[in-house]
Amino acid sequence: MSTTGKEYRSMTQKASPPSPKIKDLLWAFFVGGSICTFGQVLNTLYESAGFSEDGVRAATPVTLIALTAVFTGIGVFDKLAKHAGAGTFVPITGFANSIVSPAMEFQAEGRILGTGAKLFSIAGPVIAYGSFAAVIYGLIAYLFRLY
Amino acid sequence: MIVRQGKYTLKLTSQPSIIGNAAVAGKTEGEGPLKNEFDRIFSDDTLGESSFEKAESALQREAILRALDKAEKTPSDIDYILAGDLLNQCIGTSFGIREFGIPFLGLYGACSTMALSLGLASVLVEAQAAQTAIASTSSHYCSAERQFRQPLEYGGQRPQTAQRTATAAGASVVSAHCPNKPSVSAVTFGKIMDLGIKDSNNMGAAMAPAASETIFAFFDDTATTPDDYDLILTGDLGKVGASLLLDLLKKDHGIDLRRHHADCGLLLYDAEKQDVHAGGSGCGCAGSVFNSYILRRLQNGELKRVLLVATGALMSATSALQGESIPSIAHAVLVETPQQQPLGGKS
Repeated sequence: MSTTGKEYRSMTQKASPPSPKIKDLLWAFFVGGSICTFGQVLNTLYESAGFSEDGVRAATPVTLIALTAVFTGIGVFDKLAKHAGAGTFVPITGFANSIVSPAMEFQAEGRILGTGAKLFSIAGPVIAYGSFAAVIYGLIAYLFRLY
Repeated sequence: MIVRQGKYTLKLTSQPSIIGNAAVAGKTEGEGPLKNEFDRIFSDDTLGESSFEKAESALQREAILRALDKAEKTPSDIDYILAGDLLNQCIGTSFGIREFGIPFLGLYGACSTMALSLGLASVLVEAQAAQTAIASTSSHYCSAERQFRQPLEYGGQRPQTAQRTATAAGASVVSAHCPNKPSVSAVTFGKIMDLGIKDSNNMGAAMAPAASETIFAFFDDTATTPDDYDLILTGDLGKVGASLLLDLLKKDHGIDLRRHHADCGLLLYDAEKQDVHAGGSGCGCAGSVFNSYILRRLQNGELKRVLLVATGALMSATSALQGESIPSIAHAVLVETPQQQPLGGKS
């Protein structure tokens, strides 16, 4: 074979169709936007139902998480996410789906080492590095006496 | 007798025959263009089992039982079964066949397993080490997804170069030459090729160099050209890999395969209507397409000489995470209808 690795990688790049970026962006914008708007609707509803500020802050994400869990469970979420991409992934819906989907998937390996151990297999890194980032942020805030 | 022809090719002079074959498929595959070719289509991808691994085992068992039935054989008539799949430790195969009581040669060739198992089974029969042997393989979309990628319900996007692992299985029963059955007349076992593709969402690109080298080796050893064949059938290169294969053969070896090439990954699904991105993949892709559509056409004379070149990506989830490139392999098996003039070539 006379084709070198370098040549072949550039041939591959040419032969590989790119993702439809404009379509993906529009889907992400409208679905992500709709989820956020729905979150705001929930916020307003909880406020008008007489929830405290802290109560609203908790109730809105919990509702979105619960709805995502249901839609993941009935097999609808992934079908929407396939088109919406970051539109469903970035809001808290993505986080909820990343926990519910392995919980469902690994039931076959049992409650402890299946569901329990794999529950955070996707969300785990987000939690770990999120907590780490929070520590750094806290340190900076403390050192520069932002509080 | 087995005669080594050229550097890589084994010529099987008595031409062992495929006396029975079967292919079974899952729901999506059963909605594709080959829906009328399969022996059985399962509308439920769990096949009524409690896990997708068990479902895959049931899929392969079903293909083997149906192939045995068509060959009018029972498991006790079989000397060896040569089979494998994509799952860790090949459990799709071993759990599927454990009740048969047939001596088992477990193979791992990733998606090249159909050609690897068929080639080896034919060599065993030709060498009279076996009277009758089974070659089989399977893959299952759901068991492959959970082993190699994300949970099924995870909401992610896949790039256009990604392929869908076929939920399908295929089995061939190989026995001594039978004049009215398709026969295996040559086999080329391939070498590992790696041109540095690391993207596990672009398996077709990773495997195309292996297919190119094995096809060239076969033509070179047998002193033939694409015009000597009705079809050069690759396993699961998909849209991207198939176009790269044509480019590589033309560029490196001056061979134009265009008029004689088809790919099981492109035959299995309807790319326009089914959401499969670059096409099908998985052991069951070549396994099911070859053991249904292709063998039927060979049997009724529509095709006379087919070179099956199944390709496999020899990576694992671990090697991909560790940033390794994807080594690939391709094995070729020449299958002919009865009464073909023997090929010439180097001795």
